Amino acid sequence: MNLAFRDIRHKLGRFVLTCLGLSLLLGVVVTMAGIYRGQTADALALVRSIGADIWVVQADSHGPFAESSRIPGDTREMIARIGGVLEAGSITLQTVQIGRDGRRLRLQVVGFEPGRPGGPVNMVEGRPITRSHYEMIADRQTGLSLGDKVDFGRRAYTVVGLTQGSVTLSGDSVVYMTLKDAQDLQFDLTPPETRREFARGSQRTNTDIVNAVVARISPNIPAEAIAADVRRWKHLSVLSAGQQEAILVTTVIERARRQLGLFMGVLTVVSAVIIALIVYTMTMEKLREIATLKLIGAPDRTIIGLIVQQALLMGVVGFITGSTLVALARDRFPRRVVMDPGDLVILFGVVVVVCLLASALGVRVAVRVDPARALVG
Amino acid sequence: MPDAVPTDALVSLRGVSKHFGEGEARVDALRDVTLEINAGEVVGLLGPSGSGKSTLLNAIGCIVEPNEGWIALDGEVVFDNRWQRNDLRRLRLEKIGFIFQSHNLLPFLNCVDNVALVLHLAGRPKGEAQHRAIELLDYLQVGHRRQAMPAQLSGGEAQRVAIARALANRPRIILADEPTAALDSERAGIVMDLLRKLAREQEAAIIAVTHDEKIIGRLDRICRLRDGRLVSTTENRAGPRSETTT
Repeated sequence: MNLAFRDIRHKLGRFVLTCLGLSLLLGVVVTMAGIYRGQTADALALVRSIGADIWVVQADSHGPFAESSRIPGDTREMIARIGGVLEAGSITLQTVQIGRDGRRLRLQVVGFEPGRPGGPVNMVEGRPITRSHYEMIADRQTGLSLGDKVDFGRRAYTVVGLTQGSVTLSGDSVVYMTLKDAQDLQFDLTPPETRREFARGSQRTNTDIVNAVVARISPNIPAEAIAADVRRWKHLSVLSAGQQEAILVTTVIERARRQLGLFMGVLTVVSAVIIALIVYTMTMEKLREIATLKLIGAPDRTIIGLIVQQALLMGVVGFITGSTLVALARDRFPRRVVMDPGDLVILFGVVVVVCLLASALGVRVAVRVDPARALVG
Repeated sequence: MPDAVPTDALVSLRGVSKHFGEGEARVDALRDVTLEINAGEVVGLLGPSGSGKSTLLNAIGCIVEPNEGWIALDGEVVFDNRWQRNDLRRLRLEKIGFIFQSHNLLPFLNCVDNVALVLHLAGRPKGEAQHRAIELLDYLQVGHRRQAMPAQLSGGEAQRVAIARALANRPRIILADEPTAALDSERAGIVMDLLRKLAREQEAAIIAVTHDEKIIGRLDRICRLRDGRLVSTTENRAGPRSETTT
């Protein structure tokens, strides 16, 4: 005869409401863990989707994501000629904001050379860019569909392909266009600006600038050997793929990650306190029943079992319900929420430990209950 | 404290004293109480409020440990160094049945499970516990309410279920604290007659704390307490009134 389940069944409505409240709280903890993971995943999504072995960037710079990097457009040819480099491609990166259907859309525009590294690899619909101009590939998160026309500056671009999961570390969607289009978008002056510049006698600005050159290298050649060759050009730096990821995770988003981690920790402590208070209140309401159980001869383990099982059940039901709610709602969050199975297992373990610790307070009260209390009328 | 109990009485108390607090705050709840109760006997503890009735009942029920004297239940001296808290609970489970003024049924168990719980705690198989519980409820004429929750029972029904629970393990000692306080005189008479009958059939000692003058005639012996002292023990020579059948 399981007294914990019988007691829960007796006050089922109240237990369900308590679990629901707890599930929302634990759901927030799960969400924070998911956002924490999502931020890392977002930060690495673009870098990993490009799949480069080395990143050639401006000298003494940490690359196009952590800080500004501008290198001449012919750098790609120089890199491609180094022994061991299988293929190389130039890329540009810029953030733009456009109006679309009455809402603002923040986008990261990646300019790349079709057929070379730097383009989208996670296409889910449509086709690659085949024309030199005015075609683009957008991530699904933008809400754009195949065939949609999008205005950037003075020109309209047609969406010919869609990707899934291409976002920046700040959660903006990524769109891809040809390098030339991206350079024009970034550096071309409008006609009035051009006329003004011409009138003041300035020379035409060189727009053949890229932010980085990405390259894939032969598996037989150490990346460091190629990096040493590149560094002989004093205006260039080289980052390996691992270094690029480390920069993103440990510097660019580190503070945000720590903030999220701290918030998650605080929420876990708050959950523990709330669970402890619920268990304590539930125990205080059962003091007479506990005294009666002691009086009729129930051993301590029966009474402790009653409290601990209820606390555990409450935590487990709350955690499973909270996680399910987050899983159902995660696509509606503005930032990516990654529910890593490993994280969920760890959080589940934390919830179990928290419930056990929280029930200790109730157990302490229950063990001290005088059985004579049952005799008081 | 004796190694062997020098008496055949089912409940035996020798020079039992109990005080609460120290110094000026000291309250002597029991003073040098000596009492023997035999199997089959129904004994009433009477006295004004604060006379020590409940403390005496708690001491016999192994809830309150005396400061002086000793208590023996069914031939075993309790509260010596060998007894741990769980041992005392085990003793209560196996040898003592409690009947409360307010029935104290567990509100989350139905009637049959309230009764079967005691057997379950004693390690009886589920089927046997359920069978015995139903048997007792039928015997106490509340079998038709076996699936009802305590909140759905009348006062008399709840008290009979509580009695069934107290009897489930066939205890040798039944302690009753104001068992008829919540009942009208007719129901009170039925409950006392039932307890008398059980005392005879199960060779049990029944000790009841009561203020209820209506049931005094149904007791075999009346022990009066005042200021913690047992001031008189009176045999009910007239014998119990005619039994009322339930």
